[in-house]
Amino acid sequence: MSQPFRLNKVGLINRNKKISFTFNGKKLFGYEGDTIASALIANGIHLVGRSFKYHRPRGFFGAGVEEPNAKLQVEFNGHSEPNVNATEMELVEGLSATSQNCWPSVNFDIGAINNFLKMFFPAGFYYKTFMWPKSFWYKIYEPFIRKAAGLGVASIEKDKERYEHKFEYCDLLVTGSGPSGLASAYAAAKNGAKVILAEDKPRFGGTLLTDDVSIDNLSGKDWAEKIITELKSMPNVTVKNRSQVFGYYDHNMLVMFERVSDHLEKKSKFTPRQRLWYIRAKETILSTGSIERPIVFGNNDTPGIFLSAAAKEYMKVYGVLVGKKPLIFTNNDSAYETALEFKKNNVEPIILDTREEHSSELIDEAKSKGIDIRFSHGVIVANGYKKVKSAKIGKLNKDKNSFEKIETVDCDCICVSGFWTPSVHLASQSGNKLKYEEKIDAFIPDKKKQHETSVGAANGSFTLEESLKHGFENGSNLSAKIKETKTEISIPNVNEKKYGAHDKFWCMPLPKNENPKRFVDFQNDVSVSDIEIALREGYRSIEHVKRYTTLGMATDQGRTSNLNGLQLVSNIENKIVPEVGHTTFRPPFTPITIGTIVGREVGMEYMPTRKTPMHEWHEKNNAVFVDAGAWKRPRYYKQGNETLFEASKREAKNVRENVGICDVTTLGKIDIKGPDAAEFLNRVYTNAWMKLPVGKARYGLMLREDGIVMDDGTTTRISENHYHMTTTTAQAANVLSHLEYYLQIVWPELNVNVVSTTEQWAGAAIAGPKSRDMLSKLYPDLEVSNEALPFMGYKEAEFFGVPSRIFRISFSGELAYEINIKSDHGLFMWEKMMEVGKEFGNQPYGTEALSTLRIEMGHVAGPELDGRTIPSDVSLNGLVSKKKDFIGKNSLGREAFNVESRQKIVGLIPIDRKSSIPEGSHIVQDQNAKLPNPKLGHVSSSCWSVENNNPFSLAIMKDGKNMIGKKFFAVSPLKNKSIEVEVISSHYVDPEGKRVRS
Amino acid sequence: MLYIKCPYCGLRAQKEFSYGGDATVKRPNINEEVSSEDWDNFVYMRKSPRGKHIELWQHIAGCRQWIKVQRDTATHEIFQTAKVTEEIR
Repeated sequence: MSQPFRLNKVGLINRNKKISFTFNGKKLFGYEGDTIASALIANGIHLVGRSFKYHRPRGFFGAGVEEPNAKLQVEFNGHSEPNVNATEMELVEGLSATSQNCWPSVNFDIGAINNFLKMFFPAGFYYKTFMWPKSFWYKIYEPFIRKAAGLGVASIEKDKERYEHKFEYCDLLVTGSGPSGLASAYAAAKNGAKVILAEDKPRFGGTLLTDDVSIDNLSGKDWAEKIITELKSMPNVTVKNRSQVFGYYDHNMLVMFERVSDHLEKKSKFTPRQRLWYIRAKETILSTGSIERPIVFGNNDTPGIFLSAAAKEYMKVYGVLVGKKPLIFTNNDSAYETALEFKKNNVEPIILDTREEHSSELIDEAKSKGIDIRFSHGVIVANGYKKVKSAKIGKLNKDKNSFEKIETVDCDCICVSGFWTPSVHLASQSGNKLKYEEKIDAFIPDKKKQHETSVGAANGSFTLEESLKHGFENGSNLSAKIKETKTEISIPNVNEKKYGAHDKFWCMPLPKNENPKRFVDFQNDVSVSDIEIALREGYRSIEHVKRYTTLGMATDQGRTSNLNGLQLVSNIENKIVPEVGHTTFRPPFTPITIGTIVGREVGMEYMPTRKTPMHEWHEKNNAVFVDAGAWKRPRYYKQGNETLFEASKREAKNVRENVGICDVTTLGKIDIKGPDAAEFLNRVYTNAWMKLPVGKARYGLMLREDGIVMDDGTTTRISENHYHMTTTTAQAANVLSHLEYYLQIVWPELNVNVVSTTEQWAGAAIAGPKSRDMLSKLYPDLEVSNEALPFMGYKEAEFFGVPSRIFRISFSGELAYEINIKSDHGLFMWEKMMEVGKEFGNQPYGTEALSTLRIEMGHVAGPELDGRTIPSDVSLNGLVSKKKDFIGKNSLGREAFNVESRQKIVGLIPIDRKSSIPEGSHIVQDQNAKLPNPKLGHVSSSCWSVENNNPFSLAIMKDGKNMIGKKFFAVSPLKNKSIEVEVISSHYVDPEGKRVRS
Repeated sequence: MLYIKCPYCGLRAQKEFSYGGDATVKRPNINEEVSSEDWDNFVYMRKSPRGKHIELWQHIAGCRQWIKVQRDTATHEIFQTAKVTEEIR
């Protein structure tokens, strides 16, 4: 079990704990503290995936978030996750990783044929190719592309893990724990500010872990550890590792993704897997560092080619060599540190430096250690298919557009450095318009739009001294403004190596008579030639080039490719980079799981469930529930093998013949009090309210200002200045806001208070010819005759000792009452009603029977009051007062509302008296007419009339009542039905309304 | 997510509020004649400015008060909030 590329004693991993895992079925091991990437490289494995478009072999390129290639399907802790970044995922016991986007295996991938057909896969290939013939798209092209596209496979199992959301507020949020981040957090913490320090990696310290520097005579790593330890001990500081701040939103709200327990072997049932933090920060320090950018050359995507800083990180953090015969290809000094690190570990690197021979502290040190340095040299093309074996190198001429002295050198890895790109993603998301900094060939933050301050490498400062200074100063000043105190901190002494100037060189010219692919964007397989094609074809805006070529898209967001892409466009266009501009950086900076976004809002927790006090009884009595907003309402009470249709028919019939009770607790209830309450209702409702006596209810209709019906319901005058309003279940919240709007904004002079009492009252309707008999048994001491308690009457009385309200109102069209009782007694009331009602044949009825009853009566509800109808459309113009003003009245005179042919409510019955008419059907004259068939109206509600024992529907139809007696077709392409219907009155049962008054 | 200062409750997250449109619209007085042009302007015509906009929000998951918010529609910057009975500049 030896690991051929593991160094002895070097690194920050825990060598006392071995962790076994598998990769593509092969059993391997690593150590605690390894990532999947470092463990695989230690085992000499580089080929981990195939590229997106050409299926070219790909290996690791980076050591963290910048990794564009190594996305694996990973199974661990009992779940399977696609597109896991191997350079970030920590090793856990039993983890199993497999390569994606290859078949049958990563070693032999049939899709790689695309690589040899690459001349046929230029930029915009899909846009150009699958245009013709049109009919091929759905059946042939689309399924094929779908199969070939995408990377991993999402699990179809239910995610059993727990995810959490957390809201947090702080004075200062610091994103990144490199030197500038640590300094900022420390200075702010010393001022007493509430600080959150977020680090994406498991280890704090950023570049301090890998750079050869010292601070106050401590090594960078030890200094970081000292500061972190102190920060952790401070009560005003929250320090979080494995936490990526990925999005910067309005008003300084940042969102952070914390990987809480993916790295743990065992965890408690209540430990979330991941956590999403919504952080509202007064100030934000963006210390996100920088990402090394590659130099582009031929076959630069071959496995074994790394960013030079990643190679150093593998050595210093994980004790892993990315190769034993390295070529270092650079245009700047930072890669020399990688070379020196190789040398320290007894590996002999060759440095190819694109700059002419010169001297600097690091170059001199490398020279003195005997490292082979070749100035004005570069890698022309890498050789090797599944792993780099050698490289063709050459000496660049003065203009750097061709080379001489071409030779092939053996190597097993190439470490490339094209200088550094500040990670400005968060700054850009915050609204900061970036500016181009010529000195470093990259964008840095400019004028801020929100409370953000970029420090250190993220702001283009690449020396430790400057980073620390900026960090301490900004952390101190920003927090001092908030806390109004300032603790002086002395900035520590720093010892670091001085870097010479870098070379503004980013792409090797092509060799003569050869045309190897030179990749700019590895993740999206975008090469230099693809961008050249896009520009040749006339794409000019960088945003268009991005979309046409897919450069800088997807999870990678151009982390390593952005600037090289811009350089290329600016070279071809003969512009400078700032004129080309940059594409928009979008959140999330790194991929986050869907589970985290959803958090705990899954299944039953997706939204609150509102249950009436009688819910338990409904459950026990086989109620089948239906969702009404957040409410659960019984749809029907199932007896034996009854279907919905049979049960609702039985329940509705029983109401028409005997008596039934229905849980109406969900209706919106609003308590209205105040001396101006009557005047207010008079303005809110279309009908007159000034003369409603105490102890009486009235049906009212409410409009919006545009004349459209908003809601209907009954309101009862409880006492002189006290009213009880009911609304529909669906509109309860809107109506309350509507009333509050008029009371607070439009008529603040009205002395009226409104408050929702929906939850305070349990309600039950008692409906049917025997309801009065039943009521008299429920209230033995109360006079309930038609004279004493007439239609629209109201009484207060004790219900077996409990105060209750009795309203004689009816939705079913039968003689009916509604009893309200305090919610706590709802179940008691219901059970008593069931007990007392037995002798009258009482049965509970659900919403389906309720609908049947109201539809055949022609009572309108939601489907008719659909936001398009005015009172006269639904035969309610009798409720519209001509004498007084009310909300929406002025709109009712609009011309379109008063044309004769306007669509109005009618009833429909099928000619065959058997076929149910699907709701939503269109009413047409001729069912066989050519499309588009002129639509005369639509079916809004349908039921089986229990009174007449045949289907009946309500419809909103052109010319309304003038159509009565005529025949049409109700067609439903959705249900593939066409039914011949006759138009009749919408009041199918008891059109005179005798029953409710009986 | 916006951070809105309710004049009654202080700074609260946007998810506690619901949006209520242009706050400068004045409803014609009740029981008074209004020309159909003025009425139509009140019901339908709204400006959609890029920049400063005085608008109504209701703190529905809080004190239930309607409030005025002066916000930049492009940047979401909030300049001022006030009770509906107060004027914004």
